[in-house]
Amino acid sequence: MFRNNYDNDSVTFSPQGRIFQIEYAAEAVKQGSVVVGIASKTHVVLCAIKRNAEELSSYQKKLFTVDEHVGLAIAGLTSDARVLSNFMKHQCLGHRLTYGRAMPVSSLVDLIGEKAQTNTQMYGKRPYGVGLLVAGVDEKGTHLFEFQPSGMTEEMVAFAIGARSQMARTYLERNLDKFENASREELIQHGLKALKESLVQDKELTVENTSVGVAGAQTEGKKGIEPFKLYDGFDVQEWIESVADGPGAGDEAEGEGMDVDN
Amino acid sequence: MDHRPMAWGRPRDDVYGAYDASYVRPNDPTQHTQQPIVTGTSVLAIKFKEGVVIAADNLASYGSLARFTDVKRLRTFAGTSVVGFGGDVSDMQYINRHLTDLTLSENYSSPDEPRLSAANLHRYLSKLMYKRRSKFDPLWNHILVAGLDDEGAPFLAATDLLGTTYSAPSLATGYGSMLAQPIMRRHAPDEESAAQLSQEAAIEVIRESMKVLFYRDARSMDRYSIAVITKDGVDLKEDEQLEGQSWAFADRIKGYGTQTV
Repeated sequence: MFRNNYDNDSVTFSPQGRIFQIEYAAEAVKQGSVVVGIASKTHVVLCAIKRNAEELSSYQKKLFTVDEHVGLAIAGLTSDARVLSNFMKHQCLGHRLTYGRAMPVSSLVDLIGEKAQTNTQMYGKRPYGVGLLVAGVDEKGTHLFEFQPSGMTEEMVAFAIGARSQMARTYLERNLDKFENASREELIQHGLKALKESLVQDKELTVENTSVGVAGAQTEGKKGIEPFKLYDGFDVQEWIESVADGPGAGDEAEGEGMDVDN
Repeated sequence: MDHRPMAWGRPRDDVYGAYDASYVRPNDPTQHTQQPIVTGTSVLAIKFKEGVVIAADNLASYGSLARFTDVKRLRTFAGTSVVGFGGDVSDMQYINRHLTDLTLSENYSSPDEPRLSAANLHRYLSKLMYKRRSKFDPLWNHILVAGLDDEGAPFLAATDLLGTTYSAPSLATGYGSMLAQPIMRRHAPDEESAAQLSQEAAIEVIRESMKVLFYRDARSMDRYSIAVITKDGVDLKEDEQLEGQSWAFADRIKGYGTQTV
């Protein structure tokens, strides 16, 4: 009946030293549709594919604004993501109230990392079934963090999580050197190209299913940051057209035609 | 053996010697600060072109008694800001410890990131003061925070025991708000004139104001601390002596005290 005796709760190790509940939570992240994040010196971009449960329904939101300077992309259980994003909003607000400044992105990510980790160490709790890409700007410039249900957080130059995200990561790895000095538009195009890589064969980027989020750091000769802003619908049309059938399209996509949407 | 309830759960006197009751928390009612006890007098500060000058004397009075003569009432924060304390000295020491803890946790969570600016620090302190006054247990201080804000411009602001905040090109607490503030306002009536003021001129205004305070404030002293904050950091001198005093005017003062003529 059970796969094994060691996956009933998140506090029990298997004899091999694994905690199955955490691994299952990591699987939940892989069920979610893909999100991509890239950071350059001046900008940080999040791109996501939205899904609709059925033809007649709306698309599920993938990107959230946390604070003026931080946004996040989710892959996995949306309801768990909302809990985390709500928590992050409160922390950012509280920090602004007590210190009068934007919360440093690394401190914010440390907080959710800690929150998620305690869930894996207390009986009766479960890990969050969601992975996040947290993008933000602070005094130190642009940041992109990956967050996993285990509580692991890591700062990245570029990353992708979610279904078939390996394809996107391969694209990112191949173009890694171009990101650091890329312009805002180039960075968004790279993000969308990475997204395209991970699409199943007869699916493509549309104004309905694509979301983009951008934030810009404070640079010399510019007062203040470019706040994190979400772009949906017709706001992303030009970007989608700019990457349509461009070079670097799916030379590695060997059409592992399994549709992971469910 | 002692079987009375007050001996329960304690080391036995016959084995370990008499119990030192000072380790036990007394069961007295919680006490809130009702009035300051050992106090520091005025803190003065003025903005200039590239930064801020702040000063306070080194005296801690016990009532009208000049009780402690080497109490430093300016403290640096993160090497970029200075906090000046007027009011209760024990509460100052509490806030001082609290700020050290804040520095520690800030450095721990972001060792290589910029620290809290003076503006951030002032906001934090005002929230701390307001929280304590809301517990009806205020920290009996009037605090000036001097440094640079997030944009690198000179920053000077005050918070008091109620958590009230305000800001001006020059600020003074306590007696200084009556005696020194008008002098400083002559040199920096508004932000524009403060932005014209040179560092030397600002220091001179502060020194002159400290002297006037020593002449007329009976809780003041002629040894003081002075700090200059610029983008290059904090230059804090903690054992300055008031120079060029002239008490000639004292002869002409009549009308109070034990004077009979």
